[in-house]
Amino acid sequence: MDINDLRGISTLFLLVTFIGMCFWAYNSKRKKSFDEAANLPFADEELNRRTMQEEDRNE
Amino acid sequence: MSELNSALEHPTYNYKVVRQFAVMTVVWGIVGMLVGVLIAAQLAWPQLNPGLEWLHFGRLRPLHTNAVIFAFGGCALFATSYYIVQRTTQARLISDKLAAFTFWGWQAVIVSAAITLPLGLTTSKEYAELEWPIDILITLVWVSYAVVFFGTLVKRKVKHIYVANWFLGSFIIAVAILHLLNSAAIPVSAFKSYSVYAGTVDAMVQWWYGHNAVGFFLTAGFLGMMYYFVPKQAERPVYSYRLSIVHFWALVAVYIWAGPHHLHYTALPDWAQSLGMVMSLILLAPSWGGMINGMMTLSGAWHKLRTDPILRFLVVSLSFYGMSTFEGPMMSIKTVNALSHYTDWTIGHVHSGALGWVAMISIGSLYHLFPILFAKERMYSIDLINVHFWMSTIGTVLYIASMWVNGIMQGLMWRAYNQDGTLTYNFVESVAASYPGYVVRVLGGAIFFAGMLVMAYNVYMTARKDVEAQPAPAAASAA
Repeated sequence: MDINDLRGISTLFLLVTFIGMCFWAYNSKRKKSFDEAANLPFADEELNRRTMQEEDRNE
Repeated sequence: MSELNSALEHPTYNYKVVRQFAVMTVVWGIVGMLVGVLIAAQLAWPQLNPGLEWLHFGRLRPLHTNAVIFAFGGCALFATSYYIVQRTTQARLISDKLAAFTFWGWQAVIVSAAITLPLGLTTSKEYAELEWPIDILITLVWVSYAVVFFGTLVKRKVKHIYVANWFLGSFIIAVAILHLLNSAAIPVSAFKSYSVYAGTVDAMVQWWYGHNAVGFFLTAGFLGMMYYFVPKQAERPVYSYRLSIVHFWALVAVYIWAGPHHLHYTALPDWAQSLGMVMSLILLAPSWGGMINGMMTLSGAWHKLRTDPILRFLVVSLSFYGMSTFEGPMMSIKTVNALSHYTDWTIGHVHSGALGWVAMISIGSLYHLFPILFAKERMYSIDLINVHFWMSTIGTVLYIASMWVNGIMQGLMWRAYNQDGTLTYNFVESVAASYPGYVVRVLGGAIFFAGMLVMAYNVYMTARKDVEAQPAPAAASAA
């Protein structure tokens, strides 16, 4: 066993990690939670409105 | 006391620091691009070097790059990251005072750069020219930035950390590491230091830094912008949240290895050059994955592009991103690089990314932001945004097309041999042949720069309390 085995193993490790991550991300179990996350940019209009009103008053 | 209670029960966001950075983005954009137009003109007409050392091309060029990357791009990133992190965590920035410090500290860095670079005070490391006292200030500001950003993430009111924050967070961490390692130097006087690295190692550290400044400062940070403002402006969630996760991890894992492609055919060992080339080629996949994710967010809403010039800015910036992230891996192939390196093709490639992607996604995001920050319905004039859009697009196309022509011509002229083995052209002949391209570049740059003036006027009119927004164009109100 020399340094080149280690290099081969590290490449293999990265490949497995990548494929594992793809399976993790595309697992249908997580669909609902990802949909929730994807809608976060649209979930805070109330806070934004309040900030804009307050800024308008303070100026 | 009742005010305190109301602040606790009804929290608001800190828009002040966002507004400050957003306004300074426009200001520094104008300054940095004006210097760019000036030095482009100096290359076309060398008489414009007036014999003053402070205005010499060699000193103004780093001023231009620092101003557009760290002043314009930096302020855009500060503004949008502070905005996005608040709105997607539903929490106010963790500290208003620390956020204010990052604003004034960053402006101090920019002003010091604008003074020291024309004076010739430089480390001579590309994109890291600033001398050690300024480097220390950058470090202080950056650590504060990280505290504000991650502190706000920690106290978030929602379960998820939205994908844009992943990109912004990786940008903040990576830039901190890059800055600390590459700027490691031994000071010998108040304004002079020597790098702790020497020779080939110095070159490799420098381009590890340089390429990841592109990868994390100019890409990951702006992708964070893309993942918030494209869905927001298109009024629909991102095309695939799953793809965005794969996109993130693949991009940050691969980018960090691509630096050696800046050192093809140098003293750098061959295996390191080949590694840089292969990693750069692989990088095409995550880059295009991200571009497709942004573009496809518009599926079912393409008609909005007809009436919404802000969306047009965002989508065209993604097209330029796709173009330059195809061009980059191609140029990193050693045999292509043998032709392209040291020619104007490289400068064209950089600007297709810098003008087409970085500047246009920032401008689009800012047009989305300014009405909110000034508590208005919309920008003062939608028509002027459209004018700005076309000026930016035409300016960028003129710039990059002229540099493609120049670059390929220079590469071919430099490698042309006569039958007896002598060079067909001397260097000056290739410079003379580049003149038309240089003139077209000045024109393209000037148009892009003038677009920023249009933006400044539009922002000023939007900010004024006594001015109402112009009626929206008929097509937009019908839609």
